[in-house]
Amino acid sequence: MKVNALLPLIEAENLTPGVDLDKEVLCGYSCDLLSWVMKNGQEGMAWVTVQTHMNVIAVAVLAEMACVILPEGIDMEPDVLKKAEEEGLCVMKTKLSSYEICGRMHKAGVADKDA
Amino acid sequence: MSMVHQVYPVAADDFTRAGEASADIKRRLKQLGVSSAVLRRVAVASYEVELNLVIHSDGGELTLNVDQDGVHLISKDVGPGIPDIDQAMREGYSTANEEARSMGFGAGMGLPNMKRNADQFAIESQVGKGTTIEMTFKLA
Repeated sequence: MKVNALLPLIEAENLTPGVDLDKEVLCGYSCDLLSWVMKNGQEGMAWVTVQTHMNVIAVAVLAEMACVILPEGIDMEPDVLKKAEEEGLCVMKTKLSSYEICGRMHKAGVADKDA
Repeated sequence: MSMVHQVYPVAADDFTRAGEASADIKRRLKQLGVSSAVLRRVAVASYEVELNLVIHSDGGELTLNVDQDGVHLISKDVGPGIPDIDQAMREGYSTANEEARSMGFGAGMGLPNMKRNADQFAIESQVGKGTTIEMTFKLA
């Protein structure tokens, strides 16, 4: 599944209009401890997190993730979104909870990490 | 022969710029044609060590050297030093403050993540003096 197909699936809004949405989502993950994510982050990962600071972008870019998903209507500061756009990383937000987001991704065939 | 030698100063508590040195290291190694598997391991370890400088040290620097033996990362700080390295190396143990924890750091995974990803890992610390971490990643 591509990032642009993930957006409607989880009723999300793309907060980084300038980035390429044609990236393939290879797996899904939900975690808010950044070191934990550094250990487990993978290329093409769709990462659900409630963290919104600058280091979220750094972790996602270093792991070459497909996108960052903010659940429950959480917003991200404009300077953090600007950084994401500079790095070509898609950040999206949705009203859905992390649980519901992961449930829908799993049902749609997005794999777990290491799968 | 050193193909790359780069020193990155890392300021204590500067969470806004944290990760920039690691991003630059990854970019440089990518330009050198380092394989994505090695790149990933270096990226995780360099990010962890950079963040440790931000969260725990009184400031320091991260040095990148690349030669025919591989990628070398050296982190040196000016204190405060680690009293018990065995304890600090244990997964889940962290002395991160509330601010760092509220940002999702302090999982106690930093040093173990570095050790797991590097081919060689050495840590030396003296309380009141500082900590030095040296990591090597083979290129093959």
